[in-house]
Amino acid sequence: MTAVDEFPDATVGTPLLEVTDVATHFDTERGLVHAVDGVSFTLERGRTVGIVGESGSGKTVLSRSIMGLLPKKGVVRHGSIKFDGVEIGAATPKQMRKYWGAHMGMVFQDPMTSLNPVMKVGRQITESIHTHLDVNRTFAHELAVSLLESVRVPDPERRMDEYPHQLSGGLRQRVCIAVALACGPQLLLADEPTTALDVTVQAQVLDVLEAQQRERFMALVLVTHDLGVVAGRADDVVVMYAGQVVEKAATGTLFSDMKMPYTEALLRSIPKVDEPSHTRLAAIPGRPPDLVNLPAGCRFAARCAYVQDRCRVEQPPLRKGTVPGHEFRCWFPVGTPEGADALARNQEADTGAVAT
Amino acid sequence: MPEPEFDPMPGLVAEAAQGRPIDAGSIEMAAVETGPEVHRRTKKGLGLAAWLSIGWIALVVGLAVLAPVLPLDDPKASITDIARRGPLADAGTAPGHLLGGDFNGRDMLSRLIWGGRTTLLVATTAVIIGLVLGGLLGLVGGYFRGKVDVVVSLVLDVLLAIPAVILALALVTILRTQPGTKGGGLDPEVALILALGFVAIPVLGRITRASTLSWSEREFVLAARAQGAKHRRIITREVLPNVLPAMMSIALLSIAVAIVAEGTLAILGASVETDTPTWGNMIAIGRINLQRAPHIVFEPALMIFFTVLALNMLGDVVRSRLDVREGGL
Repeated sequence: MTAVDEFPDATVGTPLLEVTDVATHFDTERGLVHAVDGVSFTLERGRTVGIVGESGSGKTVLSRSIMGLLPKKGVVRHGSIKFDGVEIGAATPKQMRKYWGAHMGMVFQDPMTSLNPVMKVGRQITESIHTHLDVNRTFAHELAVSLLESVRVPDPERRMDEYPHQLSGGLRQRVCIAVALACGPQLLLADEPTTALDVTVQAQVLDVLEAQQRERFMALVLVTHDLGVVAGRADDVVVMYAGQVVEKAATGTLFSDMKMPYTEALLRSIPKVDEPSHTRLAAIPGRPPDLVNLPAGCRFAARCAYVQDRCRVEQPPLRKGTVPGHEFRCWFPVGTPEGADALARNQEADTGAVAT
Repeated sequence: MPEPEFDPMPGLVAEAAQGRPIDAGSIEMAAVETGPEVHRRTKKGLGLAAWLSIGWIALVVGLAVLAPVLPLDDPKASITDIARRGPLADAGTAPGHLLGGDFNGRDMLSRLIWGGRTTLLVATTAVIIGLVLGGLLGLVGGYFRGKVDVVVSLVLDVLLAIPAVILALALVTILRTQPGTKGGGLDPEVALILALGFVAIPVLGRITRASTLSWSEREFVLAARAQGAKHRRIITREVLPNVLPAMMSIALLSIAVAIVAEGTLAILGASVETDTPTWGNMIAIGRINLQRAPHIVFEPALMIFFTVLALNMLGDVVRSRLDVREGGL
């Protein structure tokens, strides 16, 4: 059953978010930093897209580009971002203000710093309500309490009168989510919402996000470096590396039929419970390329186990996989004869970046 | 104090480490009721010096405010018997005039209290003016950055480059004289307040700007923007409350500087009219009798000394408490 069947009122046709060939470059003294370099994806209402990649792969810059929350100076933006059919890729902050909070919300990485330390929790939520909705104080207060309740903050009435430092990390992140949800946005961008939290709390916070997303039929962009986070929760996954999309697929397809060696390497680097103890963790050797002087060929070539001469000189385009909607950027994809051949040759010559 | 091996009250320490705001009352309670076990919490208390400072400032301010209703002699009326009689004079202290009289036989106690009233009023009002204008400039410059900040910084730098005393002196002189006429112009007290206030702008402006720069970078400011808050709202609700402690700590120090500056201007003859007592004026006109009746100079000098010392210590306390809170974030 598709989401549209459940909610016949929803606008059909235009996707909620359409990101086409978005590039965000920073003009620095060292040169142009290609933080995001030609990213495209589409997000339908009520669905979740997971954006995965390691630090410096451009995930955060991409999510801020979508929100329009980039610094004023030294930013070069290309491409088109369509929100509900309206082009917002080149919108000024002033134009974006009517979207912020009301249509698009954002949850930040570190709940320790994304709440104002000298403002009571309740006030931070009502503040956001008052910005967009013309309601009186009592109503805003009640709305804030019910928001806290909906993000499963225990004893919300009491928490309203507390300051952020009186709350634990998990509670603070829930408050951040409540603030972002205050005006009922159709799109929520969560930028590594659980990275700063204890492992035990991560699942709870993600559950809250997921529950709210369902309840509100909200689209969710879940940015994370942890494939495990997106595995059960995202409908589609976009894997980013060095500012580019390297693989994009429905979550199931991605995990069962990954084509890009980077995705495979990412997945391999997650420790598995059923492995014997003291198993050496598979890490990806090397570091992401310098975003100022990008290599000519594939950006992952220097760290890839499948690398061939062609990879170093010629950048692979996004190729379509066998399953519709599956795209990847590789000359010698995993699970294909070419890929197996490339890997075997590297292992024989011991030239692959990964010592296997 | 070395860290004890065990922690008798982990909750309290953890709370303190988190920089939980601890009000003065609860500190006292903790110290009185629970004895040595919670010494680490009491260490977070204000300490003797701070309490003495608060006590002294409360005393001086209280006397200054209550001056009109206190049973004091007229600070401008001469009583010939007590002229130049100090508390330690050969002939003994004049009865009923605890701190003696000045060279005109005006009661020193009364003049110190009335003088304190004027001095504190001038210094505080001047700093408030500086705080409002400097703070506004600093907030705007630090928040918006870019060209706005360049202009703000330039203005503040130019003002800082002019020696403060000379600037204040020039301003007092200009403000007190109406163009084209002799005399006239503004009331001398108002002129003094405006001059000192103007001089305070760059100092307070720079501190505010520096603090605003760092607080505006915080993620919660970005989060507020992402919620669609307007700049004015972000500045007043998100940034200002966080910058305020730094501004307040510098404001306290600035009041101390303004008190000293008033004294300096008085020596240069640019304070209020000489018959109106201020601490600075009292030193300025009393210094002629320094050898015969040193108390006329030393009494107001000591008032300035203790008040400035108390303000400085209090400013430091405010600042260190601010650090604690930042560390706990």
